[in-house]
Amino acid sequence: MSRVARKGVSLRWVVLGVAVVVLLLAGVVSRFADSDPDGLTRVSQDHGFAHTEKGRDGLLGDYGSRTGVLGVLIVLGLAGGVTYAVRRRHPQDEQS
Amino acid sequence: MHVPDGFLDAPTSAATGAVAVAVVGVALVKARRELDDRTAPMAGLVAAFIFAVQMLNFPVGAGTSGHLIGGALAAVLVGPWTGVLCVSVVLLVQALLFADGGITALGTNIVLMAITTVLVGWVVFRLLQLVLPKRLSLTPAQAGVGAFVSVPLAASVFVVLYALGGTADIPFDTLLTAMFGVHTLIGIGEGVITGLAVGAIIAVRPDLVYGARPVLVQRELVIKKSVVG
Repeated sequence: MSRVARKGVSLRWVVLGVAVVVLLLAGVVSRFADSDPDGLTRVSQDHGFAHTEKGRDGLLGDYGSRTGVLGVLIVLGLAGGVTYAVRRRHPQDEQS
Repeated sequence: MHVPDGFLDAPTSAATGAVAVAVVGVALVKARRELDDRTAPMAGLVAAFIFAVQMLNFPVGAGTSGHLIGGALAAVLVGPWTGVLCVSVVLLVQALLFADGGITALGTNIVLMAITTVLVGWVVFRLLQLVLPKRLSLTPAQAGVGAFVSVPLAASVFVVLYALGGTADIPFDTLLTAMFGVHTLIGIGEGVITGLAVGAIIAVRPDLVYGARPVLVQRELVIKKSVVG
């Protein structure tokens, strides 16, 4: 496995590339998201149980470019922190 | 498919909450085996990617939209147990900060979108990997099929939960037909996005894709044999 790992783009560039894509998706592409109700919401409207929803306001409000990017950073920190804390530690893999 | 507060009664929500806590607890222990210094940096990014793409609703016709759930994607990229953790973090942030999915419904949403989609997506993916030729080029499509199947199945689990503890009286068959139908369409989008994302990482660093490792090991053995022979 470790020999395969040496080929190709370095992990740092992959991480950076994915991070840029994620920020562009949350900050820019999200403006073009379809605003129609999603599958479950639509089914609840069509079959008369949408009114049983107990709605509330989120702390950050709705998804927008700014709140989306903020959400991305919070998820990145939380998920990254949790998985970093529980990971295995292999000294021989550390330089990759 | 984010379930809001009020759709399911308190006992059902408490039960799914207990299941969610138990499975996430096991995942915290089991994820250790999946996460090494190469995959750990990817896990946070995968969760962030899923959060971002979940904002991108795509139309599925008849004034209805859908978005990626990401359970199958996470399972293939970073491993199933880590995948459960990634999607659970996404759902937690969505419920607390964006009111996307209820608070009492958080357990339900984790059961549906973090546990069911990871389980179904991973099992279908692995079965296809075992049955089909061991080729790296097949991995993205196998992940896509697993993702596609996971969405209508998660929707079906919601219908079962609704039959057990729904707060309105909706006939089981009616709800199943409606939920399964629209989520099969949404599943197509799930499959396409999952296939493209897995394909993109495989193109640059196949060893970073947890689900591709069995195929990579196989490939390495073949290379070594030909060198010796």
